Amino acid sequence: MAPISTRISSTPRLMAAPSGFTASLERLAWMAGSLFALAVFWQIIAVYADSRYLPTPLAVFDVLLREGANGNLWKDTSATLARVAVAFVVSMFIGATIGIFLGRYRTADKFFDAWLILFLNLPALVTITLCYIWFGLTDAAAITAVALNKIPNVAVNMREGARSLSKDLDEMAVIYKFGWWKTLRHVTLPQLAPFFAAAARSGLSLVWKIVLVVEAFGRSSGVGYRLSIAFQEFDVSTILAYALAFILVVQIIEFAVLQPLQERVTAWRR
Amino acid sequence: MNGVNRSLPIRVDVRSKVFPAVGDRPPQLVLKDVAFEVAPRSFLVITGPSGCGKSTLLNIIAGLDTDFSGSVDLGPAKDKLTFIFQSPRLLPWRTVYENIALVLPEGDPRHAQIPDMIERVGLRDAMNAYPERLSLGMQRRASLARGFIVEPQILLMDEPFVSLDDPTAISLRALLTELWHRHPTTVIFVTHDRAEAIQLGTRILRLAPGKASVAQDVTINLTEAQRHDQAAILAEQNRIFAA
Ligand SMILES: Nc1ncnc2c1ncn2[C@@H]1O[C@H](COP(=O)(O)OP(=O)(O)OP(=O)(O)O)[C@@H](O)[C@H]1O
Ligand SMILES: [Mg+2]
Repeated sequence: MAPISTRISSTPRLMAAPSGFTASLERLAWMAGSLFALAVFWQIIAVYADSRYLPTPLAVFDVLLREGANGNLWKDTSATLARVAVAFVVSMFIGATIGIFLGRYRTADKFFDAWLILFLNLPALVTITLCYIWFGLTDAAAITAVALNKIPNVAVNMREGARSLSKDLDEMAVIYKFGWWKTLRHVTLPQLAPFFAAAARSGLSLVWKIVLVVEAFGRSSGVGYRLSIAFQEFDVSTILAYALAFILVVQIIEFAVLQPLQERVTAWRR
Repeated sequence: MNGVNRSLPIRVDVRSKVFPAVGDRPPQLVLKDVAFEVAPRSFLVITGPSGCGKSTLLNIIAGLDTDFSGSVDLGPAKDKLTFIFQSPRLLPWRTVYENIALVLPEGDPRHAQIPDMIERVGLRDAMNAYPERLSLGMQRRASLARGFIVEPQILLMDEPFVSLDDPTAISLRALLTELWHRHPTTVIFVTHDRAEAIQLGTRILRLAPGKASVAQDVTINLTEAQRHDQAAILAEQNRIFAA
């Protein structure tokens, strides 16, 4: 049997750990520089095109300030964030449970594999319209629709993790009479943590995109709703302003919450 | 537990153990008619060529492998069994100390002995290190400390002292002997090292290569004093392995 160290390190290393403060500073500088270049590029094209359908970055920034001042930006962003949070937690929890179950029980996996493929390929638009038709234009329907889109994704990720669980460590836990709770907490979950972190990071970006669609379709608050109104008025500045604001919010969550979390769960690695 | 119960031997009777075919590899008959009893508090050494089925046999005795024909009766001490595996099998995300502490129930008085045990296996400076940052020999010692701390009544050990330097191996053998004398423990010990087998064991079981069955079953006749005497060990080794 392979020694455990080789088994474990065959799980994916999901992120090149930034080595030290200077490295992350350098990364930040590169990011700022490249974003600035993009803004300059955008400005040039916008000035050249001179169309109301392609506002300059500064015009978009003005809209951002206006929406911030009149309060819409905060109201809608927080409404969307709340939906993202609920949908994210629900789909991570249910998806992880299904994935671990399928990873551990081969017969169940054989049976449900086809279902999983079906749901993986179901277009988001179909789940959204069906949920609204079946459950009405409610928040519950909206969140169900988002979760249904995300769950198969999480499940596939976690199934991979559960399949690669170390038999050696399981036997160790049996011999030392860990019981199910200790085994789950100290043996199983730490092995699944990298997969969970990967699912969480890809999950957040998917969930917030779908939440916007769901809001545009059948809600009267949130960034998606704001975008749909702006669309009716062909108000590109507002569309871009809200999009940028939300990208910023999601990136802050990514850097402030998800990345540190991922670093923590992999701290023991060599 | 009363005295009568405690004197029951461990009974192992493996009629056959076959690993099923994988891919184009045919089914493998690994163990065939391996039957023996182990007296309580004795120290049985199992030797045999690499790949003959020693680890497989220990897995069966430990109850980890139930897919065989035959029976294993561990007697009344069956809930107090510990297995020191051939690979260290530490949790990579827990430190050496945490790995050892985890095998004891919460609030168990033996927690107080952990630092001492870590010291005994020579890992004081690595107490708070993560296993993957230790050498294989150090991981092995951590796994020994983890096995010893639970004070088992049946102790299975699969080549526990390989990849250790001589002084370390000697001191760990002494630690094992001490624990074996202090607590009522039945030991089943797998090794390739003949001198080690003679020095530690009260009896040797040699498995034959191929379809492993018992090739030889001998009692080691050494006094406690002779076990520290190189010449006596060598003489006994010649007597047993010449056959
Ligand atoms: N899970 C398995 N599936 C198939 N064959 C196996 C499996 N485990 C062991 N074997 C085979 O069983 C035989 C005995 O293996 P085992 O690990 O018991 O040997 P061993 O006597 O402990 O050897 P070593 O001294 O090298 O540790 C080997 O031929 C091995 O290929
Ligand atoms: Mg072996």
